[in-house]
Amino acid sequence: MSTEIILGLMMLLLLFAALINGTVGIYLPKRLIAILACSVVFAAFGLSLLLFFNFEAAEKITLFTILKIRETSINASFYLDALSIWMTMIITGVGALIHLFSTAYITEKEDYYKFFTYLNLFVFSMLLLVLGSNYFMLFFGWEGVGICSFLLIGFNYSDPETGFANSMAARKAFIMNRIGDVGLLVALFLLINQFGTLEYTDIYKIVSAKDFTVSATFITSLTLTLFFAATGKSAQIPLLTWLPDAMAGPTPVSALIHAATMVTAGIFLIIRSNYLFELAPLTKDIIVYIGLLTSLYGAFSALRQNDIKKVLAYSTVSQLGLMFVALGTGAYTVALFHVTTHAFFKALLFLCAGSVIHALHHEQDIRNMGGLKKYLKITHITFLVGTLAISGFPLMSGFFSKDEILASAWSYNPVVFALLIAVITMTSIYMFRLYFLVFHGTVKIDKDTQHHLKENPISMTLPLMLLAILSVFGGIINLPGLIFHGSAHWFDKYLTKGTEGLSAIHPHHPEASFTWALMIAASALTIGILLWAYNTYARQMKTALPDAELKGWQKISASKLYLDEIYNFVFVIPIDRLATYSYKSFEVGILIRSLRVFPKVFGFMGNVVAKLQQGFLSSYIFWMLIGLICFIGYSIIILQFWN
Amino acid sequence: MDYYLILCIILFSIGAFGMLIRKNMIVLLMCIELMLNSVNLLLVAFSAHYGSSDPQIFVFFTIVVAAAEATVGLSIIIMGYRYLKTTDISLFNNLKG
Amino acid sequence: MDILIWILGGLTIGTALMVILSKHPIRSVLFLVATFFLISAHYVLLNAQFLAIVNIIVYAGAIMVLFLFVLMLLNLSQDKIKKTAYMLKISSVIIGGLFLIVLIAALKDSFDFKSIEGVRTDIGYVKVLGQTLFSKYLVPFEISSILFISAMVGALMLAKKEKEIIE
Repeated sequence: MSTEIILGLMMLLLLFAALINGTVGIYLPKRLIAILACSVVFAAFGLSLLLFFNFEAAEKITLFTILKIRETSINASFYLDALSIWMTMIITGVGALIHLFSTAYITEKEDYYKFFTYLNLFVFSMLLLVLGSNYFMLFFGWEGVGICSFLLIGFNYSDPETGFANSMAARKAFIMNRIGDVGLLVALFLLINQFGTLEYTDIYKIVSAKDFTVSATFITSLTLTLFFAATGKSAQIPLLTWLPDAMAGPTPVSALIHAATMVTAGIFLIIRSNYLFELAPLTKDIIVYIGLLTSLYGAFSALRQNDIKKVLAYSTVSQLGLMFVALGTGAYTVALFHVTTHAFFKALLFLCAGSVIHALHHEQDIRNMGGLKKYLKITHITFLVGTLAISGFPLMSGFFSKDEILASAWSYNPVVFALLIAVITMTSIYMFRLYFLVFHGTVKIDKDTQHHLKENPISMTLPLMLLAILSVFGGIINLPGLIFHGSAHWFDKYLTKGTEGLSAIHPHHPEASFTWALMIAASALTIGILLWAYNTYARQMKTALPDAELKGWQKISASKLYLDEIYNFVFVIPIDRLATYSYKSFEVGILIRSLRVFPKVFGFMGNVVAKLQQGFLSSYIFWMLIGLICFIGYSIIILQFWN
Repeated sequence: MDYYLILCIILFSIGAFGMLIRKNMIVLLMCIELMLNSVNLLLVAFSAHYGSSDPQIFVFFTIVVAAAEATVGLSIIIMGYRYLKTTDISLFNNLKG
Repeated sequence: MDILIWILGGLTIGTALMVILSKHPIRSVLFLVATFFLISAHYVLLNAQFLAIVNIIVYAGAIMVLFLFVLMLLNLSQDKIKKTAYMLKISSVIIGGLFLIVLIAALKDSFDFKSIEGVRTDIGYVKVLGQTLFSKYLVPFEISSILFISAMVGALMLAKKEKEIIE
C-alpha cells in the first residue's frame, strides 16, 4: 500500500471511531465502545509499523492548502521522516496498551463512551502534531491535545467529593498550556516574517544555505519563544505546576498524556527545530539550566510525597528536565532515546499505580498501603521492573539512556554532570521508597478490603506485562559502542539519517574508558541505593510520617517547595483583584450606566414621531399625494434645468 | 393621441381627488377602480398608436389584478364593518399613536 | 365624426365627476358603471374590441355587481351623520388641483405624437391577442391563476364569521 493510503487510513480510522463513539456511543453497550476504540488504535499501531519497515526516505504528502497570502501558503500536509514515524510508533503503541488497560479501569457506565471518544481524539491530535509537515499542523495538533487533556483531566467533574477539584485542575492545566501557546504563536509569526514559510523542509533549506545570515537577537528570540511553548506543554519551569494537579484525572489519562505523549510534545518541537537551536547557543544554555533546575525541583519534591500518583508526577517533571538537559547539550538523539524509554517505564509505572488504586477501590495514599506483594502478584513484579528501569539498574532501558545523558552533560560542563548525579540519586531514592512502602512492610488496609483483594483482570495486566518487557529490553535500540560493535547506536544512526539537521550536529563522544567508568559507577550507585532502601523500609519497617510530624527539609519537600503557593501569591491574586476592580468600576459603573441612557433617548424620539400618526386613512392618502406631487414637481424642475 | 393623454390625466386626478374627499370606504375603493381604468385607457391608446398588442395584454393583467384586489378589499371592509358597525373612514383610527 | 369622440370624452369626465360627487353611495356605483361603459366605447374606437367586451363583462358586470352587493349588505342609513371638516374639503380640492397641474406639466413635452404609417389595425382581434398572450406571456397567465386562488382563499378567510369575535 502506498504511504498516503496508510497515513490516511490511520488518521481516518481514529476520527471515525471518535465520531461514532461520540455521537451514538451513549446507546452502545460498553463492550462495543471498548472494542471500537481499542481496535482503531491497535490498527493505527500496525499501520505505523508498516510505515516504519517500509521507510526509505523522507517524504511529504500534501492534502490541500489552508491559507494562501501572497507567496506564503500554509498547507495541510504530512511529513514522514524518521522522527515522526518513531514518535507515531510510540504514541500508537503505548496508546493502544493504555486503551486496553482503561477498558477495565473505567467503571462508570454513563460516561464510558465519552472517555474513549476523548482518548481517540487525543491520539488523533497527537498524530497530527508529530506528522505535520509544517509548524501550523504542529500548532493545530498542539491545541488539540491541549483540549483533550483538559477534557480528560476534568473527566470526573460531576463527582460529588472531588468534582470541583478535578475541574479546577483541568482549568489550571489548560490555562498554563495556553500561556505557553502564546510563545508558539509568536514563534510562528517570527518564522513567517523571516523565512516566509512554515514548512520544515523549506526552512531547513534556507538555514543550511551557505550564505545564510541572521541577527543573533532574532534567532535567540525565536528559539526562546519556541522553548517557552515547550515549557508549557512539557511542564518545565516556569509553567510546571499543572502537571502534579493533573493527577486528578483518571490514571490511564495520566499514563498516556502526562507520561508518554503530550508532555513529550515540547521535546519533539525542539528536536524538529534542531537546526534553529544550533544557531542560538545562548538558548541552549538556558535550556540546560532550566531543565536542570526543574529536574532538581521535581526530584526533591518527590522525596516526601505521599500520594502514589503525585510521586510519579514529580518524577515525570524530573525526567523531562533530564531530557531538556540532553537537548540543551546538543544530544538530540539521546533525548529522543530517553523519551522512548521513559514512555515505556513511566507508562508502566502509572498503569501499575492504576492497577493498585483500582484494586484498593481508589485509595491513593501510600501511608494506607503496604505488603501488597502477596495480593497483587503481577502488579508487584511489573512495578518492580518499572522501578528498576527508572532508577537505572544495569542493563535495563533506563540505564542506557541515562548514561548517554550523563556522558553528554560531562562534555558540556562538569558541574551540570555533578548535579545530574544528584538528580539520579534522588530518583532512585524516591522510587525505591515508593516501591517498598507500597508492596512491602505491614499490611495497613482493613481486613474487609483484604478479603476482596485480588489481582486485576487480564485486560489490565497484559499491558503491564508488555510494557515491562519493553522497559527491560528497550535499551537494545541504542547500545553503546563498547561491547556490541556491530549493532551499537542503531537508534542514533536511524534518527540522524532520517531527520534533517541532525547529521550536521556532531555530539561529543567521550572516550571508551570514561564510558566504562560511568557505567560501572552508575550501576554501583543504583545498587547501593537499592540495598539502602531495602534495609530502611523492608527490614527496619520505616514508614512514611504523617503530615504533622514532618520537620525541616522533609516538610519543604512534602509541600513541593511551596511553589503553588508562590504562584498563587504572585500571579493569581493580583490578576483576580484587577479583574474584580475593573468589573466594578468600568463595566458596572460606566458601561451599564451609559447603556441606560440609550433607551430613554430613543423612547423619547419615538414618542414624538408616534404622535404624528393620526390613524386617519384619508390623511394618509393625503400625504401620499402631497409626496407624489413634490416628487414629480421636483423631477420636472430638475429636468427643465437639464434641458 | 394627445386627446387620450389629457383625458386620462383628468380621469386619474378625478379619482385621486375622490379618494381624498369621500368618507365611505366602498366609494374609496371605487375611486381606486376609476384610477385603474384611466390607466387602462391610456395603455390601450398607446397600443393603438404603435400597433403592438403588448399593452393590451398588460391591460388584461391589470384587470385581473384589479378584480382580485377588489375582492380582498371588500372582504376587509366587511370585516371592519362587523367590528365598527360603520363604514366611515374617519372612525378607523386604531393605528393612532 | 370627430365630434363623437369629444362628446364621448366629455360624458366620461362628467360621469366620473358624478361618481365622486354623489351623496348616495349606490348612485356612485351606478355612475361608475356608466363610466365603465363609456370607457369600453373608447376601447372600441381604439380597435381593442376584445378588451371592450372583457371590460364590460368583468368590470361592469362582475366587480360592480360585487360592490353593489356589499353596499346593500351593509346598512347605510347612517352615512350622512358626520360632516367632513371644511378644512379637509378645501385642502383636498387644492391638492387635487395641484396634482392635475403637476401631471400635465410632467407630460407636456410628450404632446407631439406623430401618427405612424402602416400600423397594424387588427391587434385587438381575439386571434392576434390570443397568440401574443399564449406565446409570449404564458407564464404571467399561469401565475395569475395562482393570484386568483390566493385572492379567493383570502377573501373567504377574511369574511368568515369568527365565532370568538362575536362572543
